[in-house]
Amino acid sequence: MAKRVAIVGTGQTFHTSHRPDVNGQELINEAVLRALNDADLQMKDIDAIVIGNMDHFEGINYVDCWSVDGSGGTMKPIIKLTTGGTTGCTVAIGGFHLVGSGMFDRVLIIGWEKNSESNTTGAITTAFDPIWDRLVFAGAISGLAAEAQAYMARYGATDRDAARVSVRDRKHALNNPHAHLRREVTLEQVLASPMLADPIHLLDVCPRSDGACAVIMASEDVAEKSCPQPDWILGTAARHSYSYLGDADYGRLTSMREGSQELWKKAGIKEPRKELDVIELYQPYSFGGLIWIEDMGLVGPGEAPRYIWDGNTDMGGELPINPSGGVISCNPIGATGLIRCAEAALQVMGKAEDRQVPDVKLAFSSGFGGCWWTDMILHGRKKPQ
Amino acid sequence: MVRQEQLIIASGDAVQPFAYSVGMHGSRFFTEIRDNCRFMAVRCPQCGKVYIPPRAVCGDCFVEMKEWVEVGPQGVIGTFTIIRFAFLDPETGLQKPVPYGYGFIKLDGADTLFQHYISVEEEKRLRIGARVEPVFSKERKGSIRDIEYFKVIEPIAKLPTLSFPRRFWAGIWF
Ligand SMILES: [Zn+2]
Repeated sequence: MAKRVAIVGTGQTFHTSHRPDVNGQELINEAVLRALNDADLQMKDIDAIVIGNMDHFEGINYVDCWSVDGSGGTMKPIIKLTTGGTTGCTVAIGGFHLVGSGMFDRVLIIGWEKNSESNTTGAITTAFDPIWDRLVFAGAISGLAAEAQAYMARYGATDRDAARVSVRDRKHALNNPHAHLRREVTLEQVLASPMLADPIHLLDVCPRSDGACAVIMASEDVAEKSCPQPDWILGTAARHSYSYLGDADYGRLTSMREGSQELWKKAGIKEPRKELDVIELYQPYSFGGLIWIEDMGLVGPGEAPRYIWDGNTDMGGELPINPSGGVISCNPIGATGLIRCAEAALQVMGKAEDRQVPDVKLAFSSGFGGCWWTDMILHGRKKPQ
Repeated sequence: MVRQEQLIIASGDAVQPFAYSVGMHGSRFFTEIRDNCRFMAVRCPQCGKVYIPPRAVCGDCFVEMKEWVEVGPQGVIGTFTIIRFAFLDPETGLQKPVPYGYGFIKLDGADTLFQHYISVEEEKRLRIGARVEPVFSKERKGSIRDIEYFKVIEPIAKLPTLSFPRRFWAGIWF
């Protein structure tokens, strides 16, 4: 019989573009100690570890092996999961499975990255097919630009609509001491920033950050012992849709559409826009904040710009998105998805401090990556039935 | 004032060669490009979708595909971008020359998109729906570079329509 699973503690490092003061193990350790402290647990209480980052971003591999000093993994069951951009969300889903299976009571989940130690665009490009994709592919931005271009052509949206999303997230980041970039920008500044790949401006996209995040999940048998208000996991979904980039339906994210449908069905959600209280979306560029909330079914196709302009996703709006400032404000890639999960957990636990949305009962977090794939988690305050 | 130094170990000129099999379907594609300047795609016997690059299995139906179909060489731009930022090309280890046009082309008769360079000589003509044709290199070796780039031949406004089965979502068909 499957166990119910809750997040009982979270920890993040501070994030910046370059952390030469620590090596990988030491960076991981900062997040782990904070998560243990938050959950009022010690390393000896942890039964198993799931860890992940982007392969070869640090010019080193097998992080599960070499990081045990920092992760606490010495002589413990430990497993590595790496799924590209979605890694941080995948490690959380992996931890959820380990605890939910009843095999482990408390699992420590770690995502981390030192983007400063490699050429990120070069490294991402090697993740794509060397024969068919690599000649023209230019890292994440090229594919995202093609998606944005198709969305604009289909629905008549503009780069000004996207800039509004960037302005929102960068403003929200002011409330988050963990965010890497904490500076407000105006619509005009976004639109005047250098064009990276049409129609994406520099201020439409995420930075590269160094940092780590850790989350502790516990089974229903022990969750409330160390955490009076745990964040219960109500469901998870993961979808991979294509092998080759040219197979994608540009302008739509089919993995997001099908994954979220599964999640709403699992949790009995009929109107996600009204029932969800907050969203932490893995949104590495502003256009994703338009396209993907349509695929989640929050609004109809082509309706996102109006919904965003009306302030519905700002703090204090109908459904705040990215109170943390999101990926646009902080992006240690292997940790980024787990930060979304941790931030959603903080919202449910009521521990999000200056970025807290009042009275969060239901939260959503996601991961995005590669050939338009999506991982997602639904969080709730009440123990699921 | 404390002077701070960093000890850095860089990878230098390290090289990691690899071999990669393109498979039987991919081999046929490149042979046809090299010898006949023809684009060969493959059709799914179950859903009818015409795939390029050709591959042995339709992921949607999970069935083997053996029926070859000639597509293109002309097509329309499905979507595109112009890359303007400097980045390191992992194929050469050098800065990729920018700007360059990068397009997903819906070759006539295909259902998936074929990605390649699109000439940016006349940037304003680049539009989704614009008609393009390939420029082949004179000495072809059976690689993706045998196609040098696509160029816009007539800018039309009609959007490409996808002929594979549509999906229903939130009250509208895609
Ligand atoms: Zn098929």
